[in-house]
Amino acid sequence: MSDLAPDPVSCMDADFEHNTKANAARRRFLQRIGVMGVSALTASSLPMNVSRGGSLLAADIGSSAASDEPVSGVSSERRWGLLIDTSKCSAGCDACVRGCHEEHGIGVSGNDHTDAQWIRKIDLEDNDSGETMSLPVMCQHCETAPCVDVCPTGASFKRADGVVLVNKHTCIGCRYCMLACPYKARSYIHEPVTDQLSRAPRGKGTVESCTLCVHRIDDGQNLQPACAVACRKDAHSAIVFGDLNNPDSEISKSIREHDAKQVRADLQLNTAVRYTGL
Amino acid sequence: MNSTVRYIAFKPRNVSYYCVILLCLLTMISGGYCAYMMEVSGHIITGMNNHVAWGLPHVFAVGLIVTASGVLNGATCASVLGMEVYKPVARLSVVLASSTLLGGLTVLVLDLGRPDRLLLAFTHHNFGSIFTWNIFLYTGLLLICVVYLWMMMEKRFNRQVTTIGLAALVWRIVLTSGTGAIFGLLTGKNIIDTALMAMLFVVLSLVLGTAALVLVTILLKHWQSTQVDDELQKAFNRMQLLFLLVLGIFSIVYHLINVYARQDLYVPLFTLTGGLTTMFSVVYVLTGLLVPLGITLYLLKKPGGIYKQIASSIMSLTGGFLLLYIVIIGSQNQAKILFPGKTVLASRFGDGGFPAYVPSVWEWGVGLGGVAFSFFIFLLLIRVFALIPESQPSTVSKLI
Repeated sequence: MSDLAPDPVSCMDADFEHNTKANAARRRFLQRIGVMGVSALTASSLPMNVSRGGSLLAADIGSSAASDEPVSGVSSERRWGLLIDTSKCSAGCDACVRGCHEEHGIGVSGNDHTDAQWIRKIDLEDNDSGETMSLPVMCQHCETAPCVDVCPTGASFKRADGVVLVNKHTCIGCRYCMLACPYKARSYIHEPVTDQLSRAPRGKGTVESCTLCVHRIDDGQNLQPACAVACRKDAHSAIVFGDLNNPDSEISKSIREHDAKQVRADLQLNTAVRYTGL
Repeated sequence: MNSTVRYIAFKPRNVSYYCVILLCLLTMISGGYCAYMMEVSGHIITGMNNHVAWGLPHVFAVGLIVTASGVLNGATCASVLGMEVYKPVARLSVVLASSTLLGGLTVLVLDLGRPDRLLLAFTHHNFGSIFTWNIFLYTGLLLICVVYLWMMMEKRFNRQVTTIGLAALVWRIVLTSGTGAIFGLLTGKNIIDTALMAMLFVVLSLVLGTAALVLVTILLKHWQSTQVDDELQKAFNRMQLLFLLVLGIFSIVYHLINVYARQDLYVPLFTLTGGLTTMFSVVYVLTGLLVPLGITLYLLKKPGGIYKQIASSIMSLTGGFLLLYIVIIGSQNQAKILFPGKTVLASRFGDGGFPAYVPSVWEWGVGLGGVAFSFFIFLLLIRVFALIPESQPSTVSKLI
């Protein structure tokens, strides 16, 4: 072996020592990355906890509903719903839509396909009888809501009283709930919104839908949703709001009396919005 | 397994190579700008709306993700199935799969309404959602690819390559099925709500992945001024023929299920939902299935036509992405039937009609930016690490 040739044993030792040092350095690096990662995750959850303590309604309810803690005024003993009487709803009238927009500060840009559609009017004709009817369609507040099932972060949730909402703090704007909703009842906020109302927080890049005027329900003064109020003010009274779980409520009685139906009952979603005359 | 093949870093001195890198960088910058504009102005500048909530960026994102799964098939063939001919491209397959997956995930994130809330997807879970599972499946595959490559490159771990290869195989089948299930498990989406969608995605991923691997292999060989190994070319061709046949069979079965079981004539893959999807359906059948099938059959009898293989691969890739467009966009702009037995007379939201969707330049920018990002990462990785077989392609088989 020449003098210039390296000694294989010492080479191995040197390699081993070098590798040990390198491994130790690698381990330290990985540990630091781990600590940084945990810190980042902890920090990222902080604003959420702060916001939950805030006054934004959906977030408050969302966090409580997620933990199954009883919330004052929200109970599974009740299930809020709407009954639409299509015989009283007139074509061309959009009082309910305007009422909803005013209540929630929803502006109209003129593009019906990108504007928020919490509630929309549809005119129909029966293919057999030729009978025409008009009715509003909004979030049907399904018992087994597909939007709640598919939401990756749990931002879409159902309260104990059956109201389906979106937690505006945890919605990442993936829009999977929009694909899942068979009623096209969810709207995505396509552009920046200004002049928001504190009772209806909205934000670009998130999804929203009819809240059944949850702020009015939680007010505790037996207030009706804005659409029902606007419809009554326009002398139609086609929308009845009430507790579906109470057999003596006006809505339950009317549903029994008129054999009210669900839209696409075949999907077996057990909707909280029912229709008579369909 | 890699003891007989020597790998080197890929450092060609070729004008077209640097042109491609420059093109990737420009496309990435454009894509980043488009994503920034979508973030600042909102999705109002895109063609998406409240009917078609998932647009072209999702086609690119899902396309890249399923392609990544299929690309990994090259490594599976080498390390799990023991097919010697694929061994020189095994490392390449893992790296390309990782970079493609990364590109797809980037597009997916940039198309979110609130990409700044990405961390929420990891801190807030709804395990009842297939989307949540996919988040873990995607990041998990990325992790598996890193370990897979590490074990391939570290001689002391070479024995574990088969095990990790098997894990990657199972993982990617679950991942691709899960991606298909995102669309297949939707309520009231007549044209796609079938469990068959999961299997269709698995086959589609194999077609897309093989095509991508073929093109990349040929391109790398071109930059090295050598020819593609004949045996590898034949093997790729046989594999693509098989996958295209299965994809064709699945397409027919899917069509028959819709027509026969649902008594629904207007739906299936060859959907008549208006707009671009009808045109794409015709182009998919021709470009994505029939012509590539014809070429691969021809090459089976008369092998060696490198340009024919390139054409077949490009058409398979185009057809595959068109199929994804049909599934993703077509399922959204179908006429949704809320009131069976009734005709919609009026609706401000366009109920009962076919909602229009035309992708905007911003969406193209984000989507193509994702493709460029994938390829740029790939080129960067193969330049840094020893992932390309040093041997001349003609002698590869002798080396194994």
